[in-house]
Amino acid sequence: MSANLSAILYLVSGVLFILALRGLSSPETSRQGNLFGIIGMVIAVSVTFLSVGNFTSGFIYVLIFLAIGGSIGAFIAYRIPMTAMPELVAGFHSLVGLAAVFVAISAFINPAAFNLGTPGNIKLASLIEMAIGAAVGAITFSGSVIAFLKLQGIMSGAPITFKGQHLLNALLLVLIVILTIYLCSNQSTNLFWILIAVSFLIGFLIIIPIGGADMPVVISMLNSYSGWAAAGIGFTLENTALIITGALVGSSGAILSYIMCKGMNRSFFNVILGGFGATDQTSGSQSKEQRPVKSGNADDAAFLMKNASSVIIVPGYGMAVAQAQHALREMVDTLKKNDIKVSYAIHPVAGRMPGHMNVLLAEANVPYDEVFELEEINNDFANADVAFVIGANDVTNPVAKTDPQSPIYGMPVLDVEKCKSVLFVKRSLSPGYAGIDNDLFYKENTLMLFADAKKMTEDITKNL
Amino acid sequence: MEIDPFIFRLSIFILSIFVGYYVVWSVTPSLHTPLMSVTNAISSVIIVGAIIAALSGSDGVVFSSSSIYGFLAIILAAVNIFGGFLVTQRMLAMYKKKKKDK
Repeated sequence: MSANLSAILYLVSGVLFILALRGLSSPETSRQGNLFGIIGMVIAVSVTFLSVGNFTSGFIYVLIFLAIGGSIGAFIAYRIPMTAMPELVAGFHSLVGLAAVFVAISAFINPAAFNLGTPGNIKLASLIEMAIGAAVGAITFSGSVIAFLKLQGIMSGAPITFKGQHLLNALLLVLIVILTIYLCSNQSTNLFWILIAVSFLIGFLIIIPIGGADMPVVISMLNSYSGWAAAGIGFTLENTALIITGALVGSSGAILSYIMCKGMNRSFFNVILGGFGATDQTSGSQSKEQRPVKSGNADDAAFLMKNASSVIIVPGYGMAVAQAQHALREMVDTLKKNDIKVSYAIHPVAGRMPGHMNVLLAEANVPYDEVFELEEINNDFANADVAFVIGANDVTNPVAKTDPQSPIYGMPVLDVEKCKSVLFVKRSLSPGYAGIDNDLFYKENTLMLFADAKKMTEDITKNL
Repeated sequence: MEIDPFIFRLSIFILSIFVGYYVVWSVTPSLHTPLMSVTNAISSVIIVGAIIAALSGSDGVVFSSSSIYGFLAIILAAVNIFGGFLVTQRMLAMYKKKKKDK
């Protein structure tokens, strides 16, 4: 296959990838978009086979390895529960990162196969691109592995910080630049290995100080990194499909990180340099004396809801942990039978990754046109009779609007307290991730339901 | 003076960042999770590099020091491609409009 023809076909698959993302602008077109993505991938892989044109025994092995990887991937995709999507995505990011590292290593050892020169005499530009691809790939890999371990609960979600952490990270980054410069001048294999090792270390160090609830930002950031790594390799291979895709994924991840940061009213650097838990703000809340709380049971909750004409559900990560989404949908079905209007309010950072709650609700067969984003629904709380907060906490805290001293001041929150009554399902009065008390607990119109989210929801349904 | 082909690739890269920027802002927030899984799948187009690397072994030598990395990368990228597209498909299938109880 001629080089020009394959370049054009790579461009076609790049365009198909753009259409794949474009399709996600609405649920109706999204499935078609995914199909475009698959076609783009098939084109890219076929063109690569045809342009290498080396149908020897190696080709059979390529197909075998492709089949092995493909069946592992398919198996995971069908088995993974929707609550585990954040872990899955983090795990997948790590694979992209590692694949980028492997391709870079292979290109470094055998540059002739990629038309980049001979070992020890690689074109300067290619070498720089290769080094960037390998470094970003390695950072993505180790960072994603840590994110995966934290999300999976194998590693504590608490931020791990130590003195001089930021200085160390900065020094290591400088070291990477120096190593790349040296690598360009003497093309030493050892330097290349050291460069990769240092990058692995940086990825590890960047993610360990970030706390569990900042994971939406971390996952989006790693998403972005995996794109830049792919783009770096794309430049090395002079491959348009890879360059386009890398740029798309890179900017997609960056936008998602931005949206997540905005949802928490924090700067990107603030998140990266260490979570809420790392700063000391417990002093203020501890001096407060115990305030009275109204608590109720499923009976009371059912009574309140039965007499309501509109109910807004506010789900959060706790709902995912308790696997309460199906029980919740059943409760809502019962409410609807009683002619009660029900809608769902989703905060941008609810859950452990962007859009996490939406997927869980979709899994429980909640029609997506009943699910609303913060800006769409926030004015409706004032007219609603009951707000049912299940597994969310900090995103409902009115302190963010009233107390400039609070660490979450300025964060956009759902105006839950404006409802006539608030039902708050929670196991205890313990503060949320931000480590601060939720004023909502002590409001006149709040009824606390202390129980496991799933059990409480089921009990309410029985009592309706 | 002739323009270095690198500049063309750089142009594609920069323009694609802008395309990505506008396309991703138009993605509805409720589909942000599928967005992440599908970007994951498409970034695994890095498999083209892996295939070139894997087929680089010459003269009947299938597994050389460089091609072995290619084969490893093929497995990783294939997990991602199949896993990413299929899990996206699975998620998007749940976003069908249901009108039965209305």
